[in-house]
Amino acid sequence: MPDKPKIGFYWCASCGGCEEAVVDFAEDILGVIQAVDIVFWPVAMDFKKKDVEAMPDKSIAATLLNGAIRTSEQEEMARMLRRKSQYLIAYGACAQLGGIPSLANQFPREQLLRYVYEEAPTVVNEAKTRPQTASRNNGYDMTLPEFRNVVRTLDQVVDVDFYIPGCPPTPKITKAAIGALLEGKLPPKGSVLAPDVALCEQCPRKANKPADLSFTQFKRPHQTVIDPNLCMLAQGIVCMGPATRAGCEAACPGGNMPCTGCFGPTSRVQDQGAKILSSLCANLAAREEKEIRGVLAGIPDPVGTFYRYGLGKSMLRRKANMPVETAKNTP
Amino acid sequence: MNPEATKVWNQASARANADAHARRRRVTIDPITRLEGHGKIDIFLDDQGDVERAYLQVPELRGFEVFSLGRPAEEMPQITSRICGVCPTAHHMAATKALDALYQVEPPPAARKIRELVYNTFMVEDHALHVYILGGPDFIVGPQAPPEQRNVAGVIQKVGVEVGKKVISMRRRLRELIAYFGGKVIHPVLGLPGGVSKGLKPEDLPPFQALAKDTLEFALFTLQVFKDIVLKNPEYVKLITSDAYTHKTYYMGLVDERNRVNFYDGLVRVVDSGGKEYAKFPAANYRDFVAEHVEPWSYVKFCYLKPLGWHGFEEGPQSSVYSVAPLARLNVADGMATPQAQKARDEFFNTLGGKPVHHTLANHWARVVEMIYAAERIVELINDPEITSANLRVIPSAKPTVGVGVVEAPRGTLYHHFETDDQGLITKANLIVATQNNAARIAMSVEKAAKGVIKKGNVSEGLLNMVEMAFRAYDPCFGCATHSLPGHLPLSVSIYNRERKLLRELVQNA
Amino acid sequence: MSDPKWQPRIVAFFCNWCTYTAADLAGVSRFKYASNVRVIRLMCSGRVDPQFILDALAEGADGVLIGGCHLGDCHYSEGNYKTVRRFQMLQRLLHDMGIEEQRVRLEWISASEGERVKTVINDMVEQVRALGPLNLPQHRAEWDRETAHPAETALPAEAAGGVQLAGQRAQPEVAHA
Repeated sequence: MPDKPKIGFYWCASCGGCEEAVVDFAEDILGVIQAVDIVFWPVAMDFKKKDVEAMPDKSIAATLLNGAIRTSEQEEMARMLRRKSQYLIAYGACAQLGGIPSLANQFPREQLLRYVYEEAPTVVNEAKTRPQTASRNNGYDMTLPEFRNVVRTLDQVVDVDFYIPGCPPTPKITKAAIGALLEGKLPPKGSVLAPDVALCEQCPRKANKPADLSFTQFKRPHQTVIDPNLCMLAQGIVCMGPATRAGCEAACPGGNMPCTGCFGPTSRVQDQGAKILSSLCANLAAREEKEIRGVLAGIPDPVGTFYRYGLGKSMLRRKANMPVETAKNTP
Repeated sequence: MNPEATKVWNQASARANADAHARRRRVTIDPITRLEGHGKIDIFLDDQGDVERAYLQVPELRGFEVFSLGRPAEEMPQITSRICGVCPTAHHMAATKALDALYQVEPPPAARKIRELVYNTFMVEDHALHVYILGGPDFIVGPQAPPEQRNVAGVIQKVGVEVGKKVISMRRRLRELIAYFGGKVIHPVLGLPGGVSKGLKPEDLPPFQALAKDTLEFALFTLQVFKDIVLKNPEYVKLITSDAYTHKTYYMGLVDERNRVNFYDGLVRVVDSGGKEYAKFPAANYRDFVAEHVEPWSYVKFCYLKPLGWHGFEEGPQSSVYSVAPLARLNVADGMATPQAQKARDEFFNTLGGKPVHHTLANHWARVVEMIYAAERIVELINDPEITSANLRVIPSAKPTVGVGVVEAPRGTLYHHFETDDQGLITKANLIVATQNNAARIAMSVEKAAKGVIKKGNVSEGLLNMVEMAFRAYDPCFGCATHSLPGHLPLSVSIYNRERKLLRELVQNA
Repeated sequence: MSDPKWQPRIVAFFCNWCTYTAADLAGVSRFKYASNVRVIRLMCSGRVDPQFILDALAEGADGVLIGGCHLGDCHYSEGNYKTVRRFQMLQRLLHDMGIEEQRVRLEWISASEGERVKTVINDMVEQVRALGPLNLPQHRAEWDRETAHPAETALPAEAAGGVQLAGQRAQPEVAHA
């Protein structure tokens, strides 16, 4: 009887939602457990890192790694799991695109630290104490890991075989991907394991998506009562659907709110934010500069709206002209 | 000896003593397990092998408060929910309430009821996650059981496959309710200032009514499981009431207008270690009472009662440390708002010797009492005729300035504070997350537990787990506490002798 | 810091019908203008995908110039209206991402305005020269050094009175717990 393929789930800079997504297999988890040998899954099972280290390279069939990469330990774990796994799969928006935490790439690390430990309204810290990577307290030496200046996607650190998108990926998408893996029916390396069409294809509101979009106004969701049957765009509400990969079956429109783009782009798009900017902003009714400006003011935060999940993967990746602090140049 | 030589001698001597002092015996648990988030524990032993100090360090940070700058405030419920994928609904709801305050709108009654329905549903399924999967294994299987059994599989072995399936199925159905209103259960989308995005269609009501009934049954069943496995076992009861796991601190929680526990709304109430009310305030005034202290050895900040000032990791009359979450909530309230929960709560206090209860491990029991309350609330709300109303939104018209929202997350009081410009873009954000409120007490609990169970240099894996039990009782969410991304470090326990020679390394699961 | 030999490098997207023709005219008329611009011909300014602009900047361009027909004169009627709408939002986006607005410029230049091509290009080159190099590829390489050399980005322990841990780890006897 051949050994069951070994599978691992691991988390880096993650919120835990991707682990919950696997737990949400619910009763179906039993089928997965029967088909594979889960060698590690930190949130639910105990395992020994030493045992994983001791495994021969490429002995793990697939590791699904979620979370962005922000510390040196996460880089080390990513590299180790890359060595040990035949397939390293970036699981979820943070590993694939940087995720919401990669919005931090719009701010210097020092600003984060200064606000959190000195300037926040509830902080009382006259001595301006900061957490230290190495400190001595009451005579004891203690360490903390350091975190980087830049939030990174998994493939900006190691070679990645496949991507399972979503924030988090749905159980359906995940089961399909694991199924494909077990049957050996995988697409070419580098593929995203979800349908390669825009979300509009799966959205129940597609029937009344306007053939010719012509926005006279952009409404923010709290400024209007959203009709549960009409296409969001038809109501003047910014929806990332046209620039977002399908696979979730339009979960957020199912909750009567617009898509925010968590599945990332289709394969034909390199920069998701630029593409949705192009599509939405091109299609205004206004033709005169001042009027155009007025309509576009309805989208007050292009970075947070168009790059909500994908700033880490975007062409610019990080706000320009921000320092990278090293031990040598930090004051 | 001439004075110069004496001076040099004294300096060298002082240096050597300082180094020797630093080279104490040290035990590290890294990372700690079966929680949400990331942490490590450093334990320092003295020459006799007894514990001198212990530190719980939380090693990560993300910076939500900073990268939220410039974002439209109405997006904050969905942005802050990414602080934690285990309790996204808590952040979502706190942020939504902060938006209500920001725009000075009250949701229509039906919208408020839907929010409460979703929220209590979330409380039941999240508490169930902790009871059966995260913290519960310590009790259901036993704290010194081998690690391969100290997880949900071990729990299922102990309680039976049928019960295991029931837990899984119950959580699934509850989460489907949340997904109905919120589009998806992990990172739901329903919250808006002045309302919710989606209502309940009358034809969809019957299955949810059935779910409500089953949920209450399940909560009562969980209490019975707890009583049969934990309370009937004298060893466990001894553990729960032992001094190693007891702290006398202040307690904080939300209460309604009759001082009964409420997860969704109310005033924040603080009682002292004797159970007397110390303060009661609306969310907007939180800064008068809550302050954060910074230590160099941890990324998590430690909350304390601001008027009293920081007095260190101490308990007793001088201390300003307080605690939140199920035990705290029961301690601050005068009762429960629903009958079965009230009964369970009375039994809790009668058994443990009256209010307030200071035994940290009693959090597990308090958690089950809360499950019953949340389940009864679900039954009340789902059978309220207004729950299917279509009047769900008030469109804000006031100019936004500042708003504070507070809810009781499963793990404790959660504050979201937003300030915006005229356009409603965030100019300042401050988040006090449940586990931060507990951080100081958790640190103390870990140290006290370490001192209680590690003696004369005897360090075993089972004993280390008992140290971990001290923090696990709080059901901590360190991802939340540092608004950070939990990651995962390998777990290792390193034992050094006084010459900093590594004697032994215990390698445990990550 | 700035290389004294640095010259601004500007990528220009010119529409076939108007601006590109004007550029031809400028050439034929022997107008002298700065050679810092690399021209790419498209059929319409509306063909300029914002991804092109971001890609150019990310690959090392110091500025991007878009040239199209005057509003109302677009060969395809609506194309240049799309351009101006996208362009406004893109400038806001670039500003929020720390890139000066003057690095990206949109001009309407008709087929007969050869001289205008010269003045626009010369003006833009001087503006970008004053701003200095954008250098995104070099900056990216700088950022990414932190993953290759972990020790360099440690928060300085000395600055706040902390102490570097010393000592080698002996080979441990490992007990699996």
